[in-house]
Amino acid sequence: MSGKPRLTYLNGRGRMESIRWLLAAAGVEFEEVYLETKEQYDKLIKDGFLLFQQVPLVEIDGMKMVQTRAIMSYIAGKYNLHGKDLKERALIDMYVEGISDLMQMILMFPFSPPDAKEKNLESIKERATNRYFPVFEKVLKQHGQDFLVGNKFSWADVQLIEAILAVEEKVPAVLSGFPQLQVFKTKMSNMPTIKKFLQPGSPRKPPPDAHYVETVLKIFKK
Amino acid sequence: MSGKPKLHYFNGRGRMETIRWLLAAAGVEFEESYLEKKEDLTKLQKDGSLLFQQVPMVEMDGMKLVQTRAIANYIATKYNLCGKDLKERALIDMYVEGMFDLNELLMTYVIQPADKKEQHFANMMDKATNRYFPVFEKVLKDHGKDFLVGNQLSRADVQLLELILMAEEFKPDILAQFPLLQRFKARISNIPTIKKFLQPGSQRKPPVREEDVAKVIKIFY
Repeated sequence: MSGKPRLTYLNGRGRMESIRWLLAAAGVEFEEVYLETKEQYDKLIKDGFLLFQQVPLVEIDGMKMVQTRAIMSYIAGKYNLHGKDLKERALIDMYVEGISDLMQMILMFPFSPPDAKEKNLESIKERATNRYFPVFEKVLKQHGQDFLVGNKFSWADVQLIEAILAVEEKVPAVLSGFPQLQVFKTKMSNMPTIKKFLQPGSPRKPPPDAHYVETVLKIFKK
Repeated sequence: MSGKPKLHYFNGRGRMETIRWLLAAAGVEFEESYLEKKEDLTKLQKDGSLLFQQVPMVEMDGMKLVQTRAIANYIATKYNLCGKDLKERALIDMYVEGMFDLNELLMTYVIQPADKKEQHFANMMDKATNRYFPVFEKVLKDHGKDFLVGNQLSRADVQLLELILMAEEFKPDILAQFPLLQRFKARISNIPTIKKFLQPGSQRKPPVREEDVAKVIKIFY
C-alpha cells in the first residue's frame, strides 16, 4: 500500500478529471485503476466498493469515497483549498457550483445525438460567454487580486482554469472578451503544480474521443 | 431588515425545499419572497442579485447566496449539521450527494413528457428501493445508532427524512423492506424543530401539482 490516493474510473476525463486537477494542483501524487470492461465494473459493485454502485471512486485516508463533490470537498478541506472561514467557503462553493454547471454541459456533449451537437456546442459557447465567464472576469477586476477568493489559491481557481481550458478546446477564442481571465489563465498555468499537470506525461486525460464514448456506453449499459 | 434569512424562489418545493428543511431543522426562522411571474425573475437578474441569473437565492449574513449546494453547505456548517471533523463531513457529504441524486429523480418526474413518465417512475422507484434506501438501512443497522453519522443530528438525517417523505408520496409503502428506516423516520420526525416543520401552517411546501407545472415553466423559460 503506497499511501497515495487511488482513483478508479475509466481512462478518460468524465467526472474524475476535476478530481485529478484538484489533487495535482495540491501537489498530491495519486495512482489510477482504469475500468475497461463491464466485468471489472460489475465486480467492483459486487465486492461492495461502490456505495451507490457508481464511480468515481477514490480510496483515500482509509475511506472508499464516492460522489464527485464529496470527494473534492474532502480534498479541498484537507489541502487548505477551501478558504479560511465559512464566508470564504461559501464564495468558493458558489463559484465551484456555477463552473460545475458549465462543465456538466461539456461532460455530456460527446453523448449528444449527432443532430443536437451543433446546438449543444452553441449552448456551451453562449453560457460560457454570457453567464459564467463574465462573473469571474468581474470578480477578478473588482478585487484586482491573482486568486478568486481571499487572495489565496483555492479550489475555485483550480476549477476555473480547468473550465477555461476545456471550453477553449471547443471554442478557441472564447476568452477574447475577457482580459482578466486571460491573465488568470496564464498565471494559473504557471503555478508549479499546475504547470507540471499541463505537461505531457502527466495524469491529465485527453479530450473524450469516440473510443471513450464507446467504452462508457459499454461499461455502464444496463 | 429583520436579520432573518430571506429565500427567493417560486412558491413551491423545487430546489429550495431542501434549504427550507435545513433552516427549519436548525430552528432558524426565515422569510420568503415568491416569484410569481417572469418579470419577478428578470427584475432580480437585472438588479444583479443572482450571480448566475438563477434561483434559489438566499439572502443571509450580508450575502446573496446562490447554488443550492453552496447555500445548503453554508447553512449546515453554520448550524453544526456537518459532523465534527473532516472525515465525518466526508461521510455526510457522500450520503447527501446520493440523496441529491435521488431527489433529482423524484423532483423531475412531474416535468417528464407524458410518454416518458412511466419509465421515469419505474426508474426512480427502482433507484430508491435498490440503490439508495438499502445503503442507509445498512448504515443504521451496522452502527445501531439513532443518527446516520457520528451519533448526532446532521444534515444527512434531515435530508434523508425529506427524501423518505417525498418518496412515500409516490409510493406509500416504499419503506416496506426497510424496518430501520421506518424507525428512523418516526424518530427524526419527532425532533421538535422538525415536528414543527411537519405541521400544517409551516413553510414546508406541498408537492407540485400537474396544473402548476406550466405556470412554473413560464417563469423560468
